[in-house]
Amino acid sequence: MRLKLLFFASLREALGQGSDELDLPASVHDVAGLLAFLAMRGGRWQSLSTFRNLRYAVNQELAHLDTPLRAGDEVAFFPPVTGG
Amino acid sequence: MAIRIQEADFDLSVELAALRGNNPAVGALVSFVGLVRDQNDGSRVSEMSLEHYPGMTERTLQAIIDEACRRWSIVDTLVIHRVGRLLPTDQIVLVAVAGTHRDESFAACQFIVDYLKTRAPFWKREVTPAGARWVDARTGDDLAAARWQD
Repeated sequence: MRLKLLFFASLREALGQGSDELDLPASVHDVAGLLAFLAMRGGRWQSLSTFRNLRYAVNQELAHLDTPLRAGDEVAFFPPVTGG
Repeated sequence: MAIRIQEADFDLSVELAALRGNNPAVGALVSFVGLVRDQNDGSRVSEMSLEHYPGMTERTLQAIIDEACRRWSIVDTLVIHRVGRLLPTDQIVLVAVAGTHRDESFAACQFIVDYLKTRAPFWKREVTPAGARWVDARTGDDLAAARWQD
């Protein structure tokens, strides 16, 4: 299952990149599974599991840990928003 | 119901004149302009940069405006949010509501600002004498948005 990933603000800086594309194993089917899969990459990716108040969006809609993922989805991770 | 994300500054008078147009149904015009302050959390701020999530930002703002239109009688709205590098005294955001009456227009404008601040994907990074830092979300903003929940 191929996904597009986006990272913003302080998380983008912590990871050293703003986007990624990857193929997920069939065992990963929701946001929680994706987070665990990414954190297992080690190094900078471990910051995903300790990041305070991490927010997620799937296809540009705010999501939850149990939001299901499908091939072609755009999944974004970011800190709480501070606009306005 | 226009939404604009832009680096350029905006002219409040021009935008409000365009929003009300010549529509004789408009009896109230309410606007909020957010500005860059020269201090935050006890530090001097010399400049700020604003990042956003293109696509999701516009979708989120549209959903907020749709909800405002569902709750109150609104003739038209305009949201302009700047991104990129900004300096103290610069304008950051404009939320303007044209309505028939003031009560509904005030409420709609405040609702849109409160929800924009807690839901629209923008992030501020400010430069202080100690270096650059990402601005933390404020509990007060969450509380301000929570009062609109039914």
